[in-house]
Amino acid sequence: MLKNFKRITAFAINDFSRNKGISIAAIFVLFITTMLVTGLLFFHGMAGYLTSQIQDKIDITAYFTEVTTEEEILQAKDKILSMSPNIKNIEYISREQALANFNEKHQGNQVLSKALEEVGDNPFLPSLNITTNGDPKQFAEISEILQTSDISEMINEVDFSQKEETIKKVYSITSSINLFGLLAGIVLVLIAILVVFNTVKLAIESSKEEIATMRIVGASDWFVRGPFIIQGIIYGIISFLISIILSGLFAYLISYKIMVMLPGFNIFKYFLTNLWFFVLIQLGFGIAVGAISSYIVVKRYLEEV
Amino acid sequence: MIKFDKVTKIYSPDNTVLQDISFEIKEGEFVSIVGKSGAGKTTLIRLILGLENPTSGAVFFKGLNVKNADFSQIQELRRSVGGIYQDYKLLSNKTVYENVAYIMEVEGKDNDEIETEVAKVLDVIGLKAKLDNFPSELSGGEQQRLAVARALVNNPDIIIADEPTGNLDPYNTYEVISLLQKINQTGKTVILSTHDREVINKLGKRVITIEEGRLMRDEEKGRFII
Repeated sequence: MLKNFKRITAFAINDFSRNKGISIAAIFVLFITTMLVTGLLFFHGMAGYLTSQIQDKIDITAYFTEVTTEEEILQAKDKILSMSPNIKNIEYISREQALANFNEKHQGNQVLSKALEEVGDNPFLPSLNITTNGDPKQFAEISEILQTSDISEMINEVDFSQKEETIKKVYSITSSINLFGLLAGIVLVLIAILVVFNTVKLAIESSKEEIATMRIVGASDWFVRGPFIIQGIIYGIISFLISIILSGLFAYLISYKIMVMLPGFNIFKYFLTNLWFFVLIQLGFGIAVGAISSYIVVKRYLEEV
Repeated sequence: MIKFDKVTKIYSPDNTVLQDISFEIKEGEFVSIVGKSGAGKTTLIRLILGLENPTSGAVFFKGLNVKNADFSQIQELRRSVGGIYQDYKLLSNKTVYENVAYIMEVEGKDNDEIETEVAKVLDVIGLKAKLDNFPSELSGGEQQRLAVARALVNNPDIIIADEPTGNLDPYNTYEVISLLQKINQTGKTVILSTHDREVINKLGKRVITIEEGRLMRDEEKGRFII
């Protein structure tokens, strides 16, 4: 078994080095398609960051009536949390806190200070500021709780109506990006697999007669098929090595430009953080497509003999 | 050793290649199968190697009905046959040494044994100086000698040569036929398919003549009569 495996590997390495032109062509095509998949991964990272940034900005503020006590509001807070436990953050802001926040925000603004003095009393209402996890469904769920449960009786106003359009847009953008990414990914990967498959087919085509001869002299299926599959794996490994180095270099070189477009997103850092994922996808894709294509092509030729 | 029992091979209704062929080849015999191009000689050999199945009748190889053999039995059968073909069927990507060694590697022989045997057979066949050459770097005669070396290296019980001299000049033809005769003298069975009149007439061995898919003659010391 080990003896045969060594022989099959030696055949593969010999064939690989003796058919340099074909090997380079196959590696090149595999490399291009692996980079295509890598591009999709980068796109996925950027889209994910962009949507999370937008979603983070979505919050709901429920203003309670003046007569509502702090205890009642805190009870309402617990109730909301129990009904929708995945809320990112829920914060109680008392009337005093709201006034302090206002003063801090508008420090030095004479007109507003004067206006507040004219009002005399603290005009701010106690509130609960709720930050959702970005899921529009959760936003709808919280809106429902605030508007229909017994909490609604204590509420003066809920500040979300102005944001409804934004939520819908974000939701639509997020869904579109996910759908587009998925569809484009599937189509591109399918095309890539077909291109690699045909390149491997061309590479093996020249060995068609040899395969027939191997069969006639009594070689077992694996003895014939093995070297081609190992060659496919070698194509995959080399294409992976080139792809991973160039992906890193590419991410490093464009990271500044991407940061200008998408502040806070460092594509090189994203690459390094997800390095193992990139390695897994590129290596897995390269080896799987290379080896499976070889397997299928040789299987077809073996059936013809 | 090999028995054809009422073998008929029909590719399509208007293309009957072999019809009701029966004969037996015994161990150690030198049998020539003659006939014009398209007479069915190559089909006959493909039937022995299990590359084709008869439409009716049966082909037996050492008692095994080839049609009923499973894949591993067929591969074992092919490994026990040394095949020499008109188009040489060499592995173009492998060197002279590797082409011969491949046959032993398929059998799972040890590296030491392979090194010794391959060197020996290439020496006998006169290709020792071209170990590292690829088939494309050899002349037609050398390529056919390489094919003979490959057929011999596993010490098979039977050598099947399908038009081995078809692409060779008279000198190389003589060399290959002499080699086959020597192989036969060592007790191995040789089946030679050819349409070379001179070769057959010089051999003076058993001749099976096939014409239009039918067995016309089977003579102990036959001549080429078509």
